[in-house]
Parts: sequence; C-alpha cells; structure tokens
Amino acid sequence: MKSLAELQAIRDRARSQVILRENNDNAIRVLVGMATCGIAAGARPVLNAMVEEVAKRGLANVTVTQTGCIGICQFEPVVEIVTPGQEKVTYVKMTPEKAVRVVNDHLVNGNVVTEYTIGANS
Amino acid sequence: MYRSNVLVCGGTGCTSSNSELIISKLKEEIAVRGLDKEVNVIRTGCFGLCALGPIMIVYPEGSFYSRVTPEDVPEIVEEHLLKGRIVKRLLYQETIVDDNTIKSLNHTPFYEKQNRVALRNCGVINPECIDEYIAVDGYTALGKVLTEMTPEEVVDVVKASGLRGRGGAGFPTGLKWSFAAKNQADQKYVCCNADEGDPGAFMDRSVLEGDPHSVLEAMAIAGYAIGSSQGYIYVRAEYPIAVKRLQIAIDQAREYGLLGKNIFNTGFDFDIGLRLGAGAFVCGEETALMTSIEGKRGEPRPRPPFPAVKGLFQKPTILNNVETYANITQIILKGADWFASMGTEKSKGTKVFALGGKIKHTGLVEVPMGTTLREIVEEIGGGVPDGHTFKAAQTGGPSGGCIPASYLDIPIDYDNLLSIGAMMGSGGLIVMDDTTCMVDIAKFFLEFTVDESCGKCTPCRIGTRRLLEVLEKITSGNGAMEDLDRLEELCYYLKENSLCALGQTAPNPVLSTLRYFRDEYVAHVTEHRCPAGVCKALTNYFILEDKCRGCTLCARNCPVGAITGSVKVPHVIDTKKCIKCGACMEKCKFSAIIKK
Ligand SMILES: Cc1cc2nc3c(=O)[nH]c(=O)nc-3n(C[C@H](O)[C@H](O)[C@H](O)COP(=O)(O)O)c2cc1C
Ligand code: SF4
Ligand code: FES
Repeated sequence: MKSLAELQAIRDRARSQVILRENNDNAIRVLVGMATCGIAAGARPVLNAMVEEVAKRGLANVTVTQTGCIGICQFEPVVEIVTPGQEKVTYVKMTPEKAVRVVNDHLVNGNVVTEYTIGANS
Repeated sequence: MYRSNVLVCGGTGCTSSNSELIISKLKEEIAVRGLDKEVNVIRTGCFGLCALGPIMIVYPEGSFYSRVTPEDVPEIVEEHLLKGRIVKRLLYQETIVDDNTIKSLNHTPFYEKQNRVALRNCGVINPECIDEYIAVDGYTALGKVLTEMTPEEVVDVVKASGLRGRGGAGFPTGLKWSFAAKNQADQKYVCCNADEGDPGAFMDRSVLEGDPHSVLEAMAIAGYAIGSSQGYIYVRAEYPIAVKRLQIAIDQAREYGLLGKNIFNTGFDFDIGLRLGAGAFVCGEETALMTSIEGKRGEPRPRPPFPAVKGLFQKPTILNNVETYANITQIILKGADWFASMGTEKSKGTKVFALGGKIKHTGLVEVPMGTTLREIVEEIGGGVPDGHTFKAAQTGGPSGGCIPASYLDIPIDYDNLLSIGAMMGSGGLIVMDDTTCMVDIAKFFLEFTVDESCGKCTPCRIGTRRLLEVLEKITSGNGAMEDLDRLEELCYYLKENSLCALGQTAPNPVLSTLRYFRDEYVAHVTEHRCPAGVCKALTNYFILEDKCRGCTLCARNCPVGAITGSVKVPHVIDTKKCIKCGACMEKCKFSAIIKK
C-alpha cells in the first residue's frame, strides 16, 4: 500500500456491499414485489437494477428489499417506496430502465415520477 | 453488486453445530435457482448468541434466524431469498413484536445493553476478505498514525484513553508501551497473547476468528509506537479456525503491502509471524510465552527484568492480549476522549465476557465497564433457566474467584472485582445455580492448576497438590475442621512464595469460596452432607414412597441392580450397592427419586 488514497479507493469500492448489513431503522425503503406473480412479470431484473443504481449513487440511506405479493397482480412488477413520515408511492409495470429513472428522479432528487405511479396507470 | 447478503456464523460454536454444511447447502440452493449473482453468502465470526446457533442473518431485511438446520435451507432460499417472504418460524423469537412487526436485533434484550467495540466487526464482515475489513475503515488508523502522528503521540493517545490490558491483570497499556518505547535497542518486538488458557473463556478466539485484521493493524500501530519492525502472535494450536484465518489475514495484508517493507511509503517496516502453542496454561504467562517463542520449554522466569527491558530474545518487548489490541484502532480513529467516556473512573472502555454455565443465553457479550453483574446475568443473559436460583458467578478462571448473590449489583470493573476477592481475568463468566457445590468448584479449579503447574518452583508444584488433597478429603466426607485452617494457611503460603502468577493466584478459588460459602465447607465436614447434592461420597439416592407408582422403570435402568420392588408397589434403593450414577433419577417419570 503506497498511499492513503489507494486505501480509500479500495474502501469506497467495498463499502456499498458492507453497508447493506447495517440496520438502519430510518432508511427509505424500496420494496419490490417478488411473489410468484412478480417474478413471472419480470421483477427480478427490476430489483437488480434498483440495487445497482442505488449502490452506484452511493445512497447510504436507502435499503432495497423484496416483498411478497402486493395484491395488484395485473400491474406487476410493482415497486413501493416508503419514506419515513411520507405517503407511500407505488410504481407499477416497472422495467429496469424505469427503475433507473425512479432512483435518479425520486430517490436522488425527491421528484416522484408520476407517470409510472399506480394513479397514472389505473 | 449483490442485492442480498446472507451472513452465516462460522465461529467455533456454530461450526461445531454444522454451520459449514449449512453454508455449502445454501450456496448449492442459491445456484440451483440462479441467484448466485444476486445473493452473497458470507461466513463470519461469532455473533455472540452462541446458545441459539447455528445462526444466520439475511440483509438488507436484517432477519435473524436461529437454530438453523441444513434441512431449513431450501425453505429459506425459496421463500426469503427468491420470494421475499421471511420464514417466521425460524426467526429469533425476541425480534418478533405483536406477531407482525419485526424489530432489528440491536433492540433485543441480548444486544440492547451491549456496546460492541472489540467485537464491532464480529458477525458483520467476512474475516477472510481484507477488502471487507478495509470497507469498515480498516487500516485507516494505521495510515493515520504513519502519516500524521509521531510515535510519542500514539503512545500518548493510548495512555490518555485509559485502556488497561484485557489479558487479566489490567496493566495500563499506554504505560507499557511508553516503557518499551523509551528503551533503545537494535531490535524490539511486539507480541500478541492469543493463548487464552482460562477454562470457559473464548473471547480472544472470537476476535481472531471474526476480525483477525484488527489485531494485525493494532500490532503494526504498536510497532510504530515503540520502534519495532517485528511482531509475533502466540496462538494455541487448539484454535484451528483462528490459526487459519490469522494466516489468511497475514498473507492478504502482506500482499496489499500493509505488512512488510515501507508501509504507506513512509519508510516504516513491520511484519508478523505466527507461533503455535501446544495449549499449556502457563504459556499464557508473559515470560513463559516469550521463552516458548524462543523455541525453549515454556517456563516462567523471574521479573525483573521486565519484558519492556529484556523480553523476547533479550530485547525490549511488549506483550498485549488480543482483546486489548482489538480496541486500539478505534481509540486512534475516535480519540482517547471517546474511549475514556465509557466505563468507570479507573476502568475505561468496554469488556467482553464469555457467559457460560447455568444461564439462558450462553455466548459472548461486550458491555461498558461498570455494568452490574445483575444486568449481565438477568437482562442480557436471560437469567438462570429451569426455575433454579442464582448462587454465584465465577470470574477470572483459575486465578479468580466467586461473586455471591449479595454482590449482584456491584459495578464490574478491575478494582471492584479485586476488592471482593474475585478478578476480571480474561473475562470468563461462569454462572452457577443452587445445584452447584462450591467446594466442588474449588476442587475443579485446583485440579486444573495441579495439571498445569509447570513444576519449576516447589511452592506451586507441591503446594497446589496438597491443596487439592485437602479438598478431596473434604468432599469425600473425611474432612475435619482443622483442615479448613490448614487450607487457608497453605493458600497464603502459595501466594507469597510462588515464582509466577499461576502459583500466586491458584489459591484464589479456594479463598473466595471459603469466604462466601464457608457454610458449605462446614456442612461437608461436620454433617457429612453436600448441600447441593453434588459430591458423590456424601449423597445418596432415595425413592419417595408416596410418589413411586411401582412402574419398574428405575429398576430396569439401574446398571448394578441396586433397585428392588414389585410392580405397582413402591421400590427401594440399596444405598450400599448404588454407584450414584443417577440413571434412575433421570428416567423416573414421577419425580419420585431424590438425592440428598
Ligand atoms: C498462568 C497465566 C496464564 C495467563 N494466560 C493468559 C492468556 O491466556 N491470555 C492473555 O492474554 N494473558 C494471559 N496471562 C497474562 C499475561 O501474562 C499478560 O499479563 C498479558 O498477556 C498482558 O497483556 P495485557 O496487558 O494486554 O493484558 C496469563 C498470566 C498467567 C500468570
Ligand atoms: S508458580 Fe507454578 S507455574 Fe509458576 S513458575 Fe512456579 S511452578 Fe511454574
Ligand atoms: S459461534 Fe456462532 S454465535 Fe457464537
């Protein structure tokens, strides 16, 4: 190891993985519906895209988890975003591309992507 | 990028209850479902709650699964990892509130009162992956001291933190470092005591298994502080997982240039070698340990000269305990004031205890110094199980003593324990209930010291054997009241005349049980009775006539045919024939057999 900067680089690279293991009760939670219906509709690539993008942006205060059937199977894949103290936002008919946009607009900049929400689709 | 991390305990406790098989099964099931790019399986060190092992935590949910069996694995993978449905039946009960919400582990009684400093990474990172250690700020403290601090400043920070050695005696660590720093020599050494010989203690093992890099990093910091380029870790060969992970950690640190030459381009060289001990208790004593590293028979030698002047290979040396080192990087990163803000006036920081014996949650706990024994036993440890009552806690192993129930509220620190005739020792904490005979306990520790005395000096070699003989006389029902006085006299003689602390402290278990449980000794001597019903020579088995249904089960299980009686008629035990194995009492369905 030649410098602190070199150490820092390894640290930053490895950090996102270890951060996942912290219990953060105040985090914003991203829930991806992953029951049989969700998986069949393609929820897994959505989940993975969410995880990748959140890690890429270094959003330490966001946890991405899967959840069971949300009950609106015709709209799968479904993603819910729960911010402590705010109304839950439900995104429907998600794709990995849409997921990236939700992370950037909603989670980074705080702007709900209304056109993907359940209200705009029902 | 993994979306989920599955941490499985790979500590010695869980490994012995099959966690290896769980890990391989888990990897297999995950691969079958094509999740191997999404789910990361990590084998960690001990989580602490060993009583509930094998243990598994799934993140990001933080679901804490306990007593997992290999058969549970497919369900966890299918339900939780694939479909996101937590497998409730395997969750640790105390994390479930009102049936539907699940709280995080940190808010359960076992963890809530703890403050994990030395154990901070155990059960969190993969101990075989240096990148994970670096991710939690590993080697940052080493970088900081090498690039921003002088050796004197490092010693001063450790001094100011108030850290005292966790290996037993509680000597101020900074002071020890300053002695070695002051002495000039062409070569100095930094040693780590990972011998951990106390029966019932396993905190050092857990740190080595769960977070080996933190010890390496701290030793390098110590090397810089005192001007040494070579370290040795003396670890017992009976700790194979610890040895293996230490070796992996050393190799990885060398590969990254965090051990070796010119670390961080500062001109500082430091390397570490492993030395395996054969598991002799006396080799944990500092002078014996160094003699053993030198390749000679591990016998103590007189001090002075102290190791800081003439230690390993006659050169200035510091020796610290594993847990002591595990605190160092945090003191450097967070500051002396942070560390000194925890604990009592003269004992700063936290202490890891290995909770064992008659307690619900056996395992590892780390609490601020000054926590009371009651908090540890009742709140964190979940109390004494099976309706029995707390009698005493034994701390400090063979060098320590017993704390009776009347001192349950004493804040635990070095000085308070000494004042009541016990000792911090390395942190073994064995809880005893009303079924424990205190004379028998004293005998147990004496048997240990008799076996482990190195024999170099007469008071210890012969004195401990004589002590044991007197205890045997008492527990076999042949003791006299004069024997109690003789015991005490011998104890003081040993304390004053033994060469090393093994002999000097060997009498402590006898003295402390005599002090707090003298009535039990007296009952053995004058009434030929063992109040706890442990000493075989003094207890007999009886059948309670009114409870016995004459089911004949006891008679059929007695290996020596000491029980007679006909069907549906109360049986009797012939105490002359009885070998007191207890088989009958274990089998009786009507609690009709007692021992007294
Ligand atoms: C018989 C005997 C056994 C000991 N065993 C250990 C041991 O297993 N681990 C340990 O760290 N210290 C042990 N010690 C204490 C060491 O001699 C020494 O004081 C300690 O390792 C210093 O480290 P510290 O200042 O960090 O506590 C033992 C002492 C004696 C007398
Ligand atoms: S006190 Fe016991 S262990 Fe220590 S040197 Fe003497 S004989 Fe050996
Ligand atoms: S060994 Fe697994 S929890 Fe302690």
